[in-house]
Amino acid sequence: MSRATSSLPRTVAAHAVLIAYTVIALFPVLVIVINSFKSRGAIFRTPLALPGPQTFDLIGYATVLSQGNFPLYFWNSLVVTVVSLFLVLLFGAMAAFALSEYRFRGNTLMGLYLALGIMIPIRLGTVAILQLMVASGLVNTLTALILVYTAQGLPLAIFILSEFMKLVSADLKDAGRIDGLSEYTIFFRLVLPLVRPSMATVAVFTMIPIWNDLWFPLILAPAENTKTVTLGAQLFLGQFVTNWNAVLAALSLAILPVLILYLIFSRQLIRGITSGAVK
Amino acid sequence: MATEATMKKPPRRWHIGVFLLPAFLIYTAIMILPLAGTLQFSLFRNIDQHQTFVGLENFRTLFGDPRWADGFWNALYNNVIFFIINMLVQNPVGILLAALLSSSKLRFSAFYRTAIFVPTILSFVIVGFAWKLILSPLWGVAPDLLNMIGLKSLFSPWLGMEKSALVTISLISVWQFIGIPMMLIYAALLTIPDEVIEAAECDGITGMSQFWKIKLPLILPSIGIISILTFVGNFNAFDLIYTAQGALAGPNYSTDILGTFLYRAFFGFQLQIGDPNMGAAIATMMFLIILVGVGIYLFFVQTRLRRYQF
Amino acid sequence: MTTKLLTALLLGASVLGYAGAAYADDVTLTIESWRNDDTQIWQEQIIPAFEKANPGIKVTFAAAAPTEYNAALNAKLAAGSAGDLITCRPFDASLDLYDKGYLSPLNDLKGMANFSEVAKVAWQTDDGKTTFCVPMASVIHGFIYNTEAFDQLGIKPPKTHDEFMAALKKIKDDGTFIPLAMGTKDQWEAATMGWENIGPNYWHGEEGRKALIAGTAKLSDPEFVEPFKILAGWAPYMGDGFQAQSYPDSQNLFTLGRAAIYPSGSWEISVFNKQAQFKMGAFPPPLPNEGDKCYLSDQPDHAIGMNAKTKHPEEAKKFLEWVASQQFAELYGNALPGFFPLTNEKVELKDPLAKEFLSWRQNCEPTLRATYQILSRGTPNLENEVWVESANVINGIDTPEAAGKKLQDGLDSWYKPAK
Repeated sequence: MSRATSSLPRTVAAHAVLIAYTVIALFPVLVIVINSFKSRGAIFRTPLALPGPQTFDLIGYATVLSQGNFPLYFWNSLVVTVVSLFLVLLFGAMAAFALSEYRFRGNTLMGLYLALGIMIPIRLGTVAILQLMVASGLVNTLTALILVYTAQGLPLAIFILSEFMKLVSADLKDAGRIDGLSEYTIFFRLVLPLVRPSMATVAVFTMIPIWNDLWFPLILAPAENTKTVTLGAQLFLGQFVTNWNAVLAALSLAILPVLILYLIFSRQLIRGITSGAVK
Repeated sequence: MATEATMKKPPRRWHIGVFLLPAFLIYTAIMILPLAGTLQFSLFRNIDQHQTFVGLENFRTLFGDPRWADGFWNALYNNVIFFIINMLVQNPVGILLAALLSSSKLRFSAFYRTAIFVPTILSFVIVGFAWKLILSPLWGVAPDLLNMIGLKSLFSPWLGMEKSALVTISLISVWQFIGIPMMLIYAALLTIPDEVIEAAECDGITGMSQFWKIKLPLILPSIGIISILTFVGNFNAFDLIYTAQGALAGPNYSTDILGTFLYRAFFGFQLQIGDPNMGAAIATMMFLIILVGVGIYLFFVQTRLRRYQF
Repeated sequence: MTTKLLTALLLGASVLGYAGAAYADDVTLTIESWRNDDTQIWQEQIIPAFEKANPGIKVTFAAAAPTEYNAALNAKLAAGSAGDLITCRPFDASLDLYDKGYLSPLNDLKGMANFSEVAKVAWQTDDGKTTFCVPMASVIHGFIYNTEAFDQLGIKPPKTHDEFMAALKKIKDDGTFIPLAMGTKDQWEAATMGWENIGPNYWHGEEGRKALIAGTAKLSDPEFVEPFKILAGWAPYMGDGFQAQSYPDSQNLFTLGRAAIYPSGSWEISVFNKQAQFKMGAFPPPLPNEGDKCYLSDQPDHAIGMNAKTKHPEEAKKFLEWVASQQFAELYGNALPGFFPLTNEKVELKDPLAKEFLSWRQNCEPTLRATYQILSRGTPNLENEVWVESANVINGIDTPEAAGKKLQDGLDSWYKPAK
C-alpha cells in the first residue's frame, strides 16, 4: 500500500511528461488540419484559431476532390503497401531466423551482406532498376513497385528481426526438435508467434517509407491508373503551391489514410505484445 | 552435444538455404546489382560520351580539388552535427518516453503511444511543409505562441539563418523520428518478464533504480539497434532537408549534408547537369563511412552485448 | 492440373491484352513536362484543339514536379521508358540530352521557319547549326505592384533607381504595406527576381552577357557588382524575418494585399489573376539614371522536342509542327498569360497585365539571363552560386564585392573563354 501512495507523484509526473510531449507531437498536425477548414484570409489572420461560423470554408477540399482520381490512387497505394509488407515480413523473418538460429560458415558475412542495403540509398540504382523493369515489361505496373519495395524493406527487417529472434528461448526450440518437429514447423509454429511484437514494429517501420515514397512511383509507375496517393498528392501540391486552402486540405487528406493504416497495425502490435508476454 | 555432433556426419541443412533464398534473390537482383552497377561508375568518367576507366581519379578530384573537397567536408561536418543532435536528443527522449509508457499501471498508454508516433508516419512533404509554415515569420504561428508566454523577442527566422538552420532542421528530424526509438525500446521493455520485475521489487528495487539496474541492462541490445539505425539513417538522410531547405540546402550551404550534396552531384540541379561519375564517387564515400560504422557495431559491439533469453 | 490452369490463365490474359491493343488504333503520344501547374490547361484547352484537328492521334500530358523533372526524365530516357515528346529546359540541360542522343534534331521541321535565331538560341548546338526543340514561350522580368497601395500613398510607378528607393521609403514610413514581397529562404528569388531582374540595366544586356562569355568582363567588375549593392539596399524594405520567407510566402504576401511591390516576372500573371483581389500594375526594372537606355530580361523558358527513340516519329512531328503554328501560339499565349509566344507570327494577347509586360519590348533591348548560356557548365555551377551569393548579400553574409569576387573565382577555376 505504501508503494501506491509513494508512486502517486511519480504517476502525475509521468502523465505531465507524456502530455507535454503529446502536445509537441500533435501540434503541427493540428495546425494543418484546423486551418484546412478555414477561408484563405482567416488562415493568415488567425492561424491558431479554430474555424468559426465566419471563417469555416471547405473550398480547399472542394478543389482537391475535383482533381485526379484519388480513390484509385488510394487503392494503388494500399495494394502496393500491403503486398510489399507481406513479402518483406515473410522473407525477412525467414532470413532472420536462418541467421540467428544456425551457426554456419559465412553467417556474419551473410548478415553484413544483407545489411548493405540500409547503407546505400536505393535511389542511386534507379537507372539499372528501371532498365530491369523495361526489359521485363513491368513499367507502369504495381508489380514493379512491389518488387522494389520488397527489396528495399528486407535489409532493415532482417537486421531488426534477427536481433529479436536471438531472444527466443533455445529450450523451447530444442524441446520442439526432440518432439520431432521439422525446422520449418519450429519456425512457423513456435518462433513466429513469439516474435509478433517485433514483427509488428518492423511492419510499421517498413510501411512508412513505402507509403510515403515519391521517387519510384514517379519513375516506375507514373501512369494515371498506377499512380499512388503520395505521388498524386505531390503533383497536386506543385500545382497549387500558392493555394494554401488546397494545399492544407491535400495534406490533411494525405495524413488520414496512413494514420488509419498505422492504427490497424498498432492494434495488431498490442495484441502481439500481450499474447507474446504470456509465454 | 559436441561429441554427438562430431560422431555423426552432420546432415546437409537444406532448410538454411530455403530460409535465406527468397530474401537473398530479390534483394540481390533488385537492390545489390543495380547499386553495384552504379557505384562502379565512380571508377569511370564520361569522355566524349564514352565511359572511360580512370581508376581512382574521381576520388582524387573529390578530395584534392577544393571545388569538390570544400563541399564534401562541409557536408560531412554538417552531417556529423546532424547525427550528434539526433543521437543526443532523439534517443534519450525516446527511451524516456518508452520507459514511462511501459509502466503497466499507466492509463491512456495506448493514446500517448499513438499520438507520439504520429509524426513518424507522416511523409517528408508534410513534415517539411508543416514546420516551414509554423516557423514562418509571416504566418506567425511560432511568434504568436512565443507572444502568449511573453517571449516574442526570442523569435527569429531560424530556418533562414546560417547559424540556426542546421540545429533547427536537426530538431525537426528528432521530432519526426522519435517514434522509432520509442517503439523499439517499448517493445523491448515489454518483453522483460514480469517475474524479473517482481523479483526486483521484492528486493526493494523500484522506480528509477529499477530502471537503471534491472531494465536498462536488459534492453542494451535494443539501444544498440536504435543507435546504429540513427547513425545509418542520419548519414543517408536527404528528404527532410530537400523538402524544407531545397536541394541547395541553404542558407549558404549551412544545412548541406552528404545526402543533398550527393543528390546535386548525381542527379544535377537546375542548370547543373548531373554527373553520375562524381555522384557515384560521393556515394561510395558515404557507403564506406556507413560501412565502417556498421562494421564496428556488428563485429565489436553486437558480439559483446549480453543477451538474456526468456 | 495446376500447371494447365496457370497456362490457361496466362493465355487468357494475353488474349485479352491483345484484344485491347487491337481496338486501340489511335496512336497515343505522351508529353514529358515539369509544368504541372498547367496540367488543367493542357487537358482542357490545348490537347482537345490538337486532337480535333488530327483524328487518330491522342495526346497525354504527363507532368512531374519541377524539382524532380530533370532527374526523373534523365532516368527514363536512359532506360528507354520516356514519353514521345519532351518539354525542353533552356540551354545546357537540353543540350546535354541532345548530345547524349536522346533528342532528335528538328532542322527539317517546316514550322521552324516561324522562329527567329534569337528565339531558337536556347535550344541549339553551340555552333547554332542544329535546333532540337520547338520554342514555346519566354518570360519577361519586371515588378508587379498593387495599384491600390500606390494610389493610396500617391506613388507613381518609379522609372529610376532613386525613384524606386524613394517609393520604398514612402511605403515603409506609412507602415500599411510591406514595401517589397521578397524572401531569401529559397535563394532563387534573390537571384532570379533580384539580380537577373535588375542587372541587365547595369551590364547593358547582351553586351555584358556576351563579354562574360568572351572573358572580357568579369563578375567582379562594377557593372555586375552594382546590382548586388542594390539588392543589399533592399533588405530594410523586405518583410520581418525575410530570411525564412519562401517563394510561396512572398506570393501570398503580395496577393493578400499585404505587400506593395513584388519583384518578379510575367510568369506570375496567371496565378495572381486568380488570387489577388485588387488591381495590379507592372513596371520594368528601374533605370540607373534618368534617360539611360533600358534593357529587359526576356528569357526563353520552355520548348518541346522529340524523343529520338519514339515509336511514333511521324505523329510526334505532326504535333511539333502544330506547336510551331500561329494557332498554337495564340491558344497558348492566352491560356497562360505571361508566357509569351516566341513565334514571328502575329499573336493577339488579351490579358492587360501581360500586354503591359509585352509593351516594354518596344523600347527596351531584350537580353537573356547572364548565367544560363555556357557559363553554368562547370563546377562550381555558376547559377547555383549566384543563388547562394544573392541571398548571402541580402542576408549580410557577404559584401557585394566579396560576392562578385567569389563568383568570378569560381568561374575562373574551370572556364577558359575562347580567345
